[in-house]
Amino acid sequence: MEKLQRTALFSKHKELNAKNVGFCGWEMPVQYEGVIKEHDACRNAAALFDISHMGEFFYEGDIVNSGINNATTTDFVKLPVGKCKYGFLLNEQGGVIDDLIVYKLDDTHLMFVVNAARIDVDFKQIKSHIKSGTFQNRSNQTSKIDIQGPKSKEILQTLVSFDLNELKFFGFKQTTLLDTQAIVSRTGYTGELGYELYVDNDTAPILWDKLIELGAVPAGLGARDVLRLEKGYSLYGHELDEQTTPAEAGIDMFVQYKSHDFTGKEALLKQKEEGISKVIIPFTTNSKRAPRNGFDIYQNDKKIGIVTSGTYAPSVGSGIGLGFVDLKLYDENAQLELRTSRGSIPIYKATLPFLK
Amino acid sequence: MGSAHKKGEIKMKKYTNEHEWVELDGDTATIGLSAYAINELGDITFVELPQIGQEATKGESIAFIESVKAASDIYAPLSGEVVEINEGLENAPELLNEDAQGTWIIKIKVSDVGEFDTLLDENAYSTYTSSL
Repeated sequence: MEKLQRTALFSKHKELNAKNVGFCGWEMPVQYEGVIKEHDACRNAAALFDISHMGEFFYEGDIVNSGINNATTTDFVKLPVGKCKYGFLLNEQGGVIDDLIVYKLDDTHLMFVVNAARIDVDFKQIKSHIKSGTFQNRSNQTSKIDIQGPKSKEILQTLVSFDLNELKFFGFKQTTLLDTQAIVSRTGYTGELGYELYVDNDTAPILWDKLIELGAVPAGLGARDVLRLEKGYSLYGHELDEQTTPAEAGIDMFVQYKSHDFTGKEALLKQKEEGISKVIIPFTTNSKRAPRNGFDIYQNDKKIGIVTSGTYAPSVGSGIGLGFVDLKLYDENAQLELRTSRGSIPIYKATLPFLK
Repeated sequence: MGSAHKKGEIKMKKYTNEHEWVELDGDTATIGLSAYAINELGDITFVELPQIGQEATKGESIAFIESVKAASDIYAPLSGEVVEINEGLENAPELLNEDAQGTWIIKIKVSDVGEFDTLLDENAYSTYTSSL
């Protein structure tokens, strides 16, 4: 087996007695003191996540003419400096190679933040669009720490020199944090008020300790997954993959069709005309039973789909899940059920987000 | 039946490789999940209990447990018949996180108390878990 990579915070996780798991080639903390406690810290106070496994690419050059603006569904020319945007890197068929956030640092600089498992594929794919300028993968030199929750602003405010109220949702600032260059971004994957912090690997452990000292509670990938699912956010490899378009995943609204061309656009427009054949539906169990990734979805005694994500949701008090259904077979009015090796679990169609 | 199994004495727990603990009182086995297992599962959210009267076969699934991020069968450590279930766990599965070693899940009237002696004692179980 390939050796798992470790983030700059690995020794910190060890000190905190984290339970680690292999995740996308990285040895990452899945939990410290317990998923529910960490989940609650994020919903009610402030939770701290090491997300350094994710990738960061930097482009410097002519954003208008170099070809980079055709790489993803986001129009970087239109994107204001100081703003970032969620979008997709697509293949020619409109399938999602990755979902990513792109930061407009200034008129000639961009930062791409991508999923850990897709770093190599994404880098190659984006690079193939670029005819001028420099494009660098600085994933191994960049640490990413997320602080999320209603108390995150007051905690972080003590460490930054500008007023955090200036940052609107999906706004960011290049600033200094603990005397080194950093990016503070008003974004996150939990649905709470929160910030994503990009710093160098030497600063990360110091920043991590400082934020804990100020009251943030370390939280693992287990809590992160529950938090994102309560808000209905997609996870690459679950709701998104190369065989799935943004429309099928139900997140077509993030695609900027009008202003620019991008790889996969024709396929998406064609699909808009012809219609989709599968779609993600959100559902609950209305019980403590949790749906799990891979459970079959049945209706009228026929398999119509498969669960892509599922968990028990503490904020909802029920099992919740997302899954694909085949639209040729799906009946909006008939009872849905999951079939598992242990029998059947009735499920009920819900609307997103699960946690309003 | 050995004298160690008489009523009123301090009951020694024995364990399985699947992390159930068992106490034997006469021919009634009280069964729970070890602190090690509960810690590995994390926050418990759901316990599916068998029916009273259901037959238990050593090594086969008799109940089912879920945590936020995982799910696991509970296997019958001994053969027999289910005579009691801890119904309180249906509404308060978190009791298992609070005290795994002190919270029983089911009781089985065992058909062969000799099976108890084949289980792991405290030391053997602790050696086993530290090898995992």
